[in-house]
Amino acid sequence: MNLIELPWAYFGIGAVWLTLMAFLVALPCSQLGAYLVLRRMSLVGDAISHSVLPGIVIAFLFVGDLASPWLMLGAASTGLLVTLLIEQIHHRTRIKQDSAIGIAFTSLFALGVVMISLKLRGVHLDAECVLEGSLGDILNYNTVAVMGLDVPTPIVTMAAVCAITLLLIVVFYRVLTLSSFDPGLASSYGYRPVWVHYALMAFLSVVVVSAFQAVGAILVIALLVIPASTAYLCTHRLKWMLVLSGVHALLSSVAGMYLHVWINGNQAAATVVSGLVLFLLAWFFGPADGMATKFVNRRNKEFTEPFV
Amino acid sequence: MMNLELLATLSVTQSAILAAILVGLSCGLLGCYVVVRRVALVGDTLSHAVFPGVVAGFMWSEERNIYLIFLCAMLAGLLGVMMVRAVQATTRLKSDAALGVVLASFFGIGILWNSTNQQSGVKDFLFGDLAIISALDLQLMGWMTALVIFVVLLLMRPLQVISFDEGFAVGLGYPVKVLNFIFFALLTFTVVVALQAVGVVLVSAMLITPAATAYLLTDRMHRMMVYSAALGIFACVVGALLSSMVSAMPPGPVIALTATAGFSVVYFMAPRHGVVSKWMRSRQQTKKVSRENILKAIYKELETDGFQAHNVSIETLAVIRKVTMEDALQQAKSLVQAGQARWERDKAAIYLTPSGWRVAAMIVRNHRLWELYLTDLMNYESDHVHDDAEKIEHILGEDAVRRLERDLDFPEFDPHGMPIPSLKDFENSRLG
Repeated sequence: MNLIELPWAYFGIGAVWLTLMAFLVALPCSQLGAYLVLRRMSLVGDAISHSVLPGIVIAFLFVGDLASPWLMLGAASTGLLVTLLIEQIHHRTRIKQDSAIGIAFTSLFALGVVMISLKLRGVHLDAECVLEGSLGDILNYNTVAVMGLDVPTPIVTMAAVCAITLLLIVVFYRVLTLSSFDPGLASSYGYRPVWVHYALMAFLSVVVVSAFQAVGAILVIALLVIPASTAYLCTHRLKWMLVLSGVHALLSSVAGMYLHVWINGNQAAATVVSGLVLFLLAWFFGPADGMATKFVNRRNKEFTEPFV
Repeated sequence: MMNLELLATLSVTQSAILAAILVGLSCGLLGCYVVVRRVALVGDTLSHAVFPGVVAGFMWSEERNIYLIFLCAMLAGLLGVMMVRAVQATTRLKSDAALGVVLASFFGIGILWNSTNQQSGVKDFLFGDLAIISALDLQLMGWMTALVIFVVLLLMRPLQVISFDEGFAVGLGYPVKVLNFIFFALLTFTVVVALQAVGVVLVSAMLITPAATAYLLTDRMHRMMVYSAALGIFACVVGALLSSMVSAMPPGPVIALTATAGFSVVYFMAPRHGVVSKWMRSRQQTKKVSRENILKAIYKELETDGFQAHNVSIETLAVIRKVTMEDALQQAKSLVQAGQARWERDKAAIYLTPSGWRVAAMIVRNHRLWELYLTDLMNYESDHVHDDAEKIEHILGEDAVRRLERDLDFPEFDPHGMPIPSLKDFENSRLG
């Protein structure tokens, strides 16, 4: 019982905000991640999460404020830039896609780090923040009153990003799904799979950058890929996959909070590790593709087959 | 080189440059296999997956025991690779998702573990800094590089075979599983060594960029390895020197950007696979094809009156090519510039030079021969063969033409009854 109440004892109402923030970051990532996994583009997500750095730095140099929406614009443009670079390298030479991804994102990331160390020494946008993020910082931000509660500002921003993501996915569900599974069929219906691709990448950059400060560039990948992969092992239906990814995001952010206070470690990393545990569970016991399920199915088949 | 006392006497810059050379060399060599095997992002996953190992090494050793750290990092890296392979083998998840899951979750484990008990050295290790490399680190790097070079030289052939065609390697009786294990173990080695120089994210740059650059420069594996190692060393040394000129500039990103600069130059300028040279080749080809089409039109025009006239006026050219006078003049000019025609009557007409005649007759021959081939041997209708021949006429080589002539029994007329110019015609009457 004591362990259950521990987060509350640590942070008071802050525990709720921290968990909520982790969930609000993880939820839009998990939904977009589902499409990334289906499109076999998980590592493009990796590339984008690193490449938004120079965009953020350039936008920051102009506006001088880490919370400005211009940062999103900067990030979205470098996110698009890296997708374009990957395609230019991949289509115009004989270099394969994986190498093209590697070349493009390391270059942009290196550019970002160089710009930081030339121009932005001492600003809270260092390489450490890039790798780890600082979820706990949200408690130090100003609060706004929402329905009689003092809510930290980042939560309001993130909730908006989250709502927009969900709305867009609901509105464009058909187009997204069709162009992910069968671009040829999508274009024969008059959709533009190429535009869907670029729109998805641009929006992914926006979500990544809003998650960036909370969890860092590398753990964003975990939030993108792990929920979707876990859901993929549990179901064959896309709608359920999206729902289960969301559930995974919720469970891992709550479990992450507990892990965080129990062992006194980084909250973002604790969320990821909880997510990993859920992935391992799905890997072994997942109803659609878990190892135990497949073993049982195989045995049942062996039993019934001679009689059929 | 391996003498610890000697290494300890090196200045900071000297040891940074020596480390840069070692990293560039081993990454450049292994990077070639990584790029041709299309496992470029396995390198990225490895560099993140070693993180919990690095943390473990720091946790379990009282003072920074470099051997223990390397060992733990190696184990974590190999565990990561095995997990990727296991996920791929047992589920429907594709390689990208498997790599992403392992990369991010191992890194998360590392961060979580490290955050419970902050170890300052871990950060240096992760971001990499050539300036703080000790003599002991340098010695270890030297041994590892030597090991990489030794194994690559020893297993050159089998590693090459499994890189291009694993099935073929099985057929040759190579122990593919063992070789793969050796390869990924070496890769982990190299990643751990390179981590210290360029940091966790940019190890990928060291593995991929020089090798991909070399891939655009040559078609031979051993040459690719030499180029790639040279480029790797170049990028590391130049990057290390450049970053040492600016205070507090981390060397890793500068090294990565130097490698990218090299890649961009080669991307545009490589003799065979560069974008600019490809564009120029395709432009030249387009020009050649358009000249050949003009020559063919002139040939057919002169053919209508049995080659009585020896020249073609620009007006006629405009009519037969269905273009304006200005364009016809341009087309005539392109032939004159290529030495296939000369001006006559103060640029009002042109006549073909011997080389122009040869090309014109060759194209017409290719066209008619191909039409005949399609009708006689492939059973096409004679009104269905023209468009096809329009394309192939520019491509057919001499060998293919000889073969066609033989198979068609040295024909004289095409399916539409037009004479096919033969070799003799080139050499005799017209060309004089």
